[in-house]
Amino acid sequence: MAFFHRHPRLRLAGLLSAPLMWLAVAYLGALAVLLVSAFWTVNGFTGEVVREFTLANFRTLVTEEVYRNVTLRSIGVAVAVTAICVVLAVPMAFYMAKVAAPRSRHWLVILILTPLWASYLVKAYAWRVLLANDGPVDWLFFGHGPGYGLLATVVVLTYLWLPYMILPLYAGLERMPSSLLEASGDLGARPLRTFRAVVLPLLVPSIIAGSIFTFSLSLGDYITVQIVGGKTQLLGNLVYANIGAANNLPFAAAIATVPVLIMVIYLVAVRRSGALEEL
Amino acid sequence: MSEAAIRLTGLKKSFGPVRAVAGIDLEIADGEFFSLLGPSGSGKTTVLRMIAGFELPTAGTVALSGRDVTRLAPFERDVNTVFQDYALFPHLSVIQNVEYGLKVRKVPRAERRRRAEEALASVRLEGFGDRRPGAMSGGQRQRVALARALVNRPKVLLLDEPLGALDLKLREQMQVELKQIQRDVGITFVFVTHDQDEALTMSDRVAVFDNGRIAQVGTPEEVYERPASPFVAGFVGTSNLLTGDVARAVLGRDGAYSVRPEKVILTVDGDTGAAGTVAEVIYAGPVTRFVVDLDAGARVVVVEQNRRTGTAALNEMRGKRVRLTWHEEHVIEIPSSKETADAAQR
Repeated sequence: MAFFHRHPRLRLAGLLSAPLMWLAVAYLGALAVLLVSAFWTVNGFTGEVVREFTLANFRTLVTEEVYRNVTLRSIGVAVAVTAICVVLAVPMAFYMAKVAAPRSRHWLVILILTPLWASYLVKAYAWRVLLANDGPVDWLFFGHGPGYGLLATVVVLTYLWLPYMILPLYAGLERMPSSLLEASGDLGARPLRTFRAVVLPLLVPSIIAGSIFTFSLSLGDYITVQIVGGKTQLLGNLVYANIGAANNLPFAAAIATVPVLIMVIYLVAVRRSGALEEL
Repeated sequence: MSEAAIRLTGLKKSFGPVRAVAGIDLEIADGEFFSLLGPSGSGKTTVLRMIAGFELPTAGTVALSGRDVTRLAPFERDVNTVFQDYALFPHLSVIQNVEYGLKVRKVPRAERRRRAEEALASVRLEGFGDRRPGAMSGGQRQRVALARALVNRPKVLLLDEPLGALDLKLREQMQVELKQIQRDVGITFVFVTHDQDEALTMSDRVAVFDNGRIAQVGTPEEVYERPASPFVAGFVGTSNLLTGDVARAVLGRDGAYSVRPEKVILTVDGDTGAAGTVAEVIYAGPVTRFVVDLDAGARVVVVEQNRRTGTAALNEMRGKRVRLTWHEEHVIEIPSSKETADAAQR
């Protein structure tokens, strides 16, 4: 319409007002409530939330060893899941983007996406069956399967989040001109050298993009741990326990800020390293 | 007797049902500037990629200096390539790009720096070493790609339409520079292009590609003045084809003939030569193109230098009756396609 053409500011407002409202209310609003309530407490006797500013929750988080251990364990799980995802996803994405015939690429992408169509719960419970005592995995390892626990948690989380690593790597590799790989070979580099000196450095932004998914999703998970983690506790379980059984919403909020903080530190570190400015 | 730098024997390549290269025999001498010229899809780039080792031939052999390299990987061949999109590594600086091949071959750091800087100087890019390729213009990137290939002192340099992405002025300048560099380093250059001007200007010899086969191999002059087939006559330069009845009426003999537009003399008040009417006048700066419809039935293009004429006078030419003449030695007899195909088979 000509009217909007003459008033570019109004045009911009029309385009962005709805998403900005959503961002402000639903997204930032929820985050603000989380942050604010983390500084409240609960009256131990009545169970009512006391809306007074206090650092008590954070003091507990920092001083008590349980929370420190759970935080470190959660980071360890997230790092392990991310690392395994990278190792599995790089060759797979490379095959999809550079080796497979262009026509079969779409099918491969769809195959990677299909697990995401199934419910998270169904998949987690499927793994519970797989990992059960005398289950298929046990049988495969001659009765010495990992069973439920930390290892099972890492395996299942890797399974769940792998597509989120493959897809950005695939996109990054597809954007990378094949002539770069050819040029490297042409200049005398063997395939492994080409991979190390050309492909990997150029993939760093994609790896970081994927790792943000796998890392944050692993850090916040509590369902998989409940289903296959045995007695293992991660940050998500603590949040869940404090919302439910302990009925301590402010403390749950305080615990929930920990993964947020870890992600912020991670993103700042990535930015500082300059890995995202290379391209 | 020196071995040919490149010898291709019975080279064929199919991509599934598509036959890209249909059987090519070719020898390229040491130190030659050799162009593979043809329209897109004629197989010239595929031939280059088989010499480089990026594609395995379906049949036939590739030999470099007498050594069969048909099944060798690119990193095992003593050739380097300048890619159409330059293929510079975006995460490395210009000097690191140029050094790449030397570093891979474990040349000591000091020597490799020195050689890389020399290579950059030879393409007139001293002092650009610390830049990123992304911060350079197309012409500069092109020269970095050239330096990156030349620094390895390969026996053969392959260039895949390296000037395609440059604007006309820069392209003409790079044509001269490339030719100069080739003369200086004395390396065999194999140059793929679809631009006939480029091929004619720079090459010692040209192979004209048509549909996966070589239609003619020769010096630029041979290919231009004595095209071996109607295809070559049509693709290399503009040519006025006179065949069948027209040839009989205008030239008085049977067969297929070609007269180049710049060889035709156009006269308004003459009474000898082929009669016709000027259908179109195209002013193009240094020259003017006249499109003339011959009474005998063919359409002929005539190019005249604009020595005197002004545009006003030119416009009056439209619709005028004219006579076209030419020297007999400029009438080129073209072997028919059938004979050419037979010759290519042999």
